[in-house]
Amino acid sequence: MKFFEYALPERSNLDEQEHGNGPVATPVDASTPCAEDPGPAATLGTPDGKARRFLPQAWLKLVGDSAGLSRIARAWSLALVGIGVFLLLWQNTAGNIETSLGQFPGPVQVWQQVLNLKQEHLREMARKEAFFARQEARNAEMLAQDPTADVRIRPYTGRPVFIEQIRTSLFTVAFGFGIAMLIAIPLGILCGLSQSFYSAFNPVIQIFKPVSPLAWLPLVTMVVSALYVSESPMLSKSFITSGITVALCCLWPTVINTIVGVAGVDRDLINVSRVIRLPALRHVQKIVLPAAIPMIFTGMRLSLATGWMVLIAAEMLAQSPGLGKFIWDEFQNGSSDSLGRIMVAVLVIGILGFVLDKLMLMLQRRVSWDKQSVLR
Amino acid sequence: MQNYLELSDTGIEFKTANGPFRALQKVNLKVARGEFVSLIGHSGCGKSTVLNIIAGLYQATEGGVILEGREVNTPSPDRAVVFQNHALLPWLSVYDNVALAVKEVFRGRKSKAEMAAWIRHNLQLVQMDHASDKYPHEISGGMKQRVGIARCLAMQPKVLLMDEPFGALDALTRAHLQDSLMQIHHDLGTTVILITHDVDEAVLLSDRIVMMSNGPAATIGEILAVSLPRPRDRLALAEDAAFIHARQQVLQFLYAKQKRAA
Repeated sequence: MKFFEYALPERSNLDEQEHGNGPVATPVDASTPCAEDPGPAATLGTPDGKARRFLPQAWLKLVGDSAGLSRIARAWSLALVGIGVFLLLWQNTAGNIETSLGQFPGPVQVWQQVLNLKQEHLREMARKEAFFARQEARNAEMLAQDPTADVRIRPYTGRPVFIEQIRTSLFTVAFGFGIAMLIAIPLGILCGLSQSFYSAFNPVIQIFKPVSPLAWLPLVTMVVSALYVSESPMLSKSFITSGITVALCCLWPTVINTIVGVAGVDRDLINVSRVIRLPALRHVQKIVLPAAIPMIFTGMRLSLATGWMVLIAAEMLAQSPGLGKFIWDEFQNGSSDSLGRIMVAVLVIGILGFVLDKLMLMLQRRVSWDKQSVLR
Repeated sequence: MQNYLELSDTGIEFKTANGPFRALQKVNLKVARGEFVSLIGHSGCGKSTVLNIIAGLYQATEGGVILEGREVNTPSPDRAVVFQNHALLPWLSVYDNVALAVKEVFRGRKSKAEMAAWIRHNLQLVQMDHASDKYPHEISGGMKQRVGIARCLAMQPKVLLMDEPFGALDALTRAHLQDSLMQIHHDLGTTVILITHDVDEAVLLSDRIVMMSNGPAATIGEILAVSLPRPRDRLALAEDAAFIHARQQVLQFLYAKQKRAA
């Protein structure tokens, strides 16, 4: 996704112009250069006075900066060329691969499956609606005959459609990631602050870090079955199993990056904290956490990416009704459409992973003080 | 002379991979209240180590530090440190950087409004009140160092410790800040211990210049009293005989007596 790398610096430049503090006041003492770069956008305007009235300021700057515009256009067209070449290669290669489930799907067949899945979704939705409408009608009838009748709405038990499976997957990864962060960040801070803690935990971290999710899964399944017993479970066991497996695997990048971030806090800043005698908790809150935030976020992005990858495998094996199960079921189905439908899932997984990463990046932009660093 | 701050037979040894390293030994220094003392010496002679011991950031192996009749060996706001590279928190505005220290030092002693007024007052002292909402990356190096000084002054320290505060600045900015520091020292009567490797700076600012011998096992070589009248004006002093003499004595110590193979 090259075009994002090109487009980003452009945007951050505009952001600075819009939300930043404007030009820095002339230093009282002419001295070391300030961290200010007006960027190309600031110096250029349009000679065309009419356009000025209708265009927002930011766009005006962009349009005025014809070099910037052509750079963006170039980046986008290159990206499109890249995608186009990939699609052509895919279509050609796919046509030459014969599997026992028929020809390997090319882009065209995959697109057909996208439409198919949409149709199925709409059909299933209509069926669901009809199901509830029937129940309501029946209940109303029963109430009319006997006002004391015990009426209830039964849950719909049709098979989950693709969109719902995507939603389950997202919930599962959020659940696992959330648990992992709740453990990883405090643990990382403790190990980063104290050499003794670090020495004690480091071997454990190093040993569990490379463990594959598939190795954890049977253990997690058994433990969840043994411990998670409830009359009417709010969350299904398979959901919890795959969530915990995700957590166990995406813990480590955040732990390690948090340790590095916390241990690397500038000595001078720690000395400032010692001189003003900040108590331990406020020291962490005011000095350590903000200083380590960029590293913690780097870890969190790696963790989320790991978690998303692990999730699919976990869902396949735990039979948690998400994207992983969708792929597994299609594989077991073995219809001539299966490969195409799996390919749709593959693309969706890729796109969602990309979107999740961009969301983390947005969050980092919002939370981190370090706006200077280029985030990719 | 009244002894406000006293170091007696202070020494320090660091543990290193190659066995113990003796950085300082038998450092004896007495500083009066309101005095401006500079520590000068070649790099690596242990000037900063002396300052860190006074600040309580390092623990002396022998001897110790007495401030107002009491031994001090932990860091405290009554010995505020101005660091060479300003050490401002990059995620806090100028105002909040000073506020962090003020809130901690005056917790329970000043009301919110009093604290706010006190922060503003100290930013005014260093002529930085106009930039209180700016972030460290938005202001110049000299301005950052001014804020660093304001943060320390706001702690109302008994002794202001400055670790080569102007070392990273260009000559013009340094001169401005030296003038500001002289003014503040004159107005507030703060006791200052300044580490420097700039001979002119030491002579211009100090009441006494402490010259340190080379390490390892560094100690105080000579102490020179600078009895130039205050307020001092750098332009007038440039041709003043007493100034030039003092300057020569320091140079003599640094380059003849403590000559160092470069």
